[in-house]
Amino acid sequence: MKEYILKNARVIDPGRNIDSVGDIGVDAEGRFAEPAALKNAEVIDLAGKVIAPGFIDVHVHLRHPGNTLAETIATGTAAAAAGGFTSIVAMPNTKPAADTVGSIELLHRLAAKDAVVRVLPCGCMTIGLAGEEMAPIGSLKSAGVVALSDDGKCIQDHALMRRIVEYAKAFDLPIMDHCEEYKLAEGGVMHEGKWSVLLGMNGIPAAAEEIIIARNIIFARQIDWKIHMQHVSTAGSVKLLRAARAEGVKVTGEATPHHLTLTDECIKKFDTNYKMNPPLRSEEDRLALIEGVADDTIIVIATDHAPHTRTAKEVEFDYAPCGIIGLETAFSVCYTELVKKQVINLPRLIQKMTTGPADVLGIAGYDMASGKAADFVVIDPEAEYVIDKNTFKSKSRNTPFDGRKVSGKVIMTAVGGKIVFRV
Amino acid sequence: MQWTRKDLLSLYDLSGDEITYILDTAEEFKKVSERRVKKVPALRGKTVVNFFVEPSTRTRVSFELAEQRLSADIVNMQAQASSLLKGETLLDTVKNIEALQVDLVVMRHSAPGAQAFIAQHLSCGVVNAGDGAHSHPTQALLDIFTIREKKGRVAGLNVTIVGDIIHSRVARSNIWGLLKLGANVTVAGPATMVPKEFESIGVRVCHNLKDALKDADVVNMLRIQRERQTAGFFPSTGEYSKFFGLNHDTMKYLKPDALVMHPGPINRDVELTGDIADGPNSVILEQVTNGLAIRMAVLYLVGCVKK
Repeated sequence: MKEYILKNARVIDPGRNIDSVGDIGVDAEGRFAEPAALKNAEVIDLAGKVIAPGFIDVHVHLRHPGNTLAETIATGTAAAAAGGFTSIVAMPNTKPAADTVGSIELLHRLAAKDAVVRVLPCGCMTIGLAGEEMAPIGSLKSAGVVALSDDGKCIQDHALMRRIVEYAKAFDLPIMDHCEEYKLAEGGVMHEGKWSVLLGMNGIPAAAEEIIIARNIIFARQIDWKIHMQHVSTAGSVKLLRAARAEGVKVTGEATPHHLTLTDECIKKFDTNYKMNPPLRSEEDRLALIEGVADDTIIVIATDHAPHTRTAKEVEFDYAPCGIIGLETAFSVCYTELVKKQVINLPRLIQKMTTGPADVLGIAGYDMASGKAADFVVIDPEAEYVIDKNTFKSKSRNTPFDGRKVSGKVIMTAVGGKIVFRV
Repeated sequence: MQWTRKDLLSLYDLSGDEITYILDTAEEFKKVSERRVKKVPALRGKTVVNFFVEPSTRTRVSFELAEQRLSADIVNMQAQASSLLKGETLLDTVKNIEALQVDLVVMRHSAPGAQAFIAQHLSCGVVNAGDGAHSHPTQALLDIFTIREKKGRVAGLNVTIVGDIIHSRVARSNIWGLLKLGANVTVAGPATMVPKEFESIGVRVCHNLKDALKDADVVNMLRIQRERQTAGFFPSTGEYSKFFGLNHDTMKYLKPDALVMHPGPINRDVELTGDIADGPNSVILEQVTNGLAIRMAVLYLVGCVKK
């Protein structure tokens, strides 16, 4: 591989507390290097641009195997690269589910062949995500999973959840939980609040999420283990997390770009690109989530990238599957909504997309120090553009952000020094 | 004014003027049904498809008669007898119908927003005959027409709707229509079925029948479904009737000239007693007659709109 030097960029490297203009080299082995040490390097001038460690998304549905009409490892990782992500955690609700060593080995094999970014497998907590029997957690760890989740589903049997948390701790596997109490959520298609009442739709109350967040906090405290709350969406959830973290309980939370930007009022158009689980909540919930991002109650931004074919989504709102894609819009939407609106500055946004997720996964030292794998993203903070879903690398088009004017653009992404996306 | 909409989806979308225009148009069509020959050529040569994905008897018959009296050609389709059973999507089904060059689709569906969804994809007109708990515009229009006919106005009247408000498309459409015409609206019923969120649009929320009926010029009683009892919304229809039913005792809370309305079908002795349903305050059967006139007006307006 040819050596190169990225010159004059604003280097934002949260892992080493760096935010200054400088040069970064990449050697022939695809590792970061001191520019002075490179004899034969091509120079890439990045004046006015920002360079940061590649983003990590801990919540991606690649749909492969099982629903390759919607997405494949090839297209999903191409979408990740276009969004600035160099590592993504693949959710296990594939068909078949990632609850056996065989499924994990298949994912490794498919990724080796087709993936353009790093795909980190996540194993199921329970067999078939059915919430009844513990999956072979120890073996899944040996096969290489980085975390456990039943995402899409939520274990309702608290006694079983407790055993899984205890067991997973001994294998050093963090738990990532989709927090949903089924009886409260039953039949709901949107947030239970003013808009579900005005529209005559069945609602999912905030309590459905908060009750499980509370249960998880109790187990994290009792067992002293790491539980990461996926797609936190309510003010009450943020409040519970804040109090628990203040005590030192090992709980973390993630927020999606759509929960930080959109509300339940959007549903009045009955556009299924606004239907997801957990649903878009009230403006009060959205503002509380933003406050949680600002005060580091929420340390991770994750997309919950959930591809669906046009056929699947082009139905009556009640019948549409939940989920929207997000890899290719995440950075720009968050830059516009959080950084331009001065909720957090750019280094902190980058933190929530790099060292924050790395911490959740137990990855230490995620930074651009010399010798480390050159996974990086180049951003143009001055760019302004209109999101056009027809340019997406993803196979799917189910996004609510089509046509949205945003600031800040990912212009280059590299994995192990190899450039996998360039504008 | 000029009618410009190809669809009638929800009263939420209409202005007060548009609603008044429909009511005025309905007044003219009401006369047609009083003639010996109950027919006008307003929709002659036009094809209307009645697509009832959610079954209905009364609304469907009412629409069918309205279409016949307007001289339209009619096709009736029900979900059970359609390709929806074979897995065809709703969108494909209606696009196939449109390919037959029909002019209007009158649809009822159990999913809120279904008509709004298909209307975006169709160039022919769509009339909403009910979409889940979201909207039932022609029902609200006939209710409001009845009120206007009996009371001479709508603005400033106190209208109370009693029942399972949260699950009711009739309630929602009435609320939007009445608010746009300047009425004062109260919703009443058990707390589990009448959420406070309605206050955010200027509706009074009551969980006590006496408070709700005091000063009411009109009370609209909604049907209670037994399924709500099994789902834990209220303990029994007996208790519901006692606290929220219109009977000899609770009628005393009402002004003597108040109108008693019900969208039908009525559960005698649950929402209201037989005597009250048949009594002097009741306009329930007139609502049905007015429904025909309203539907003729709506079909005429969207059917003849300039494309």
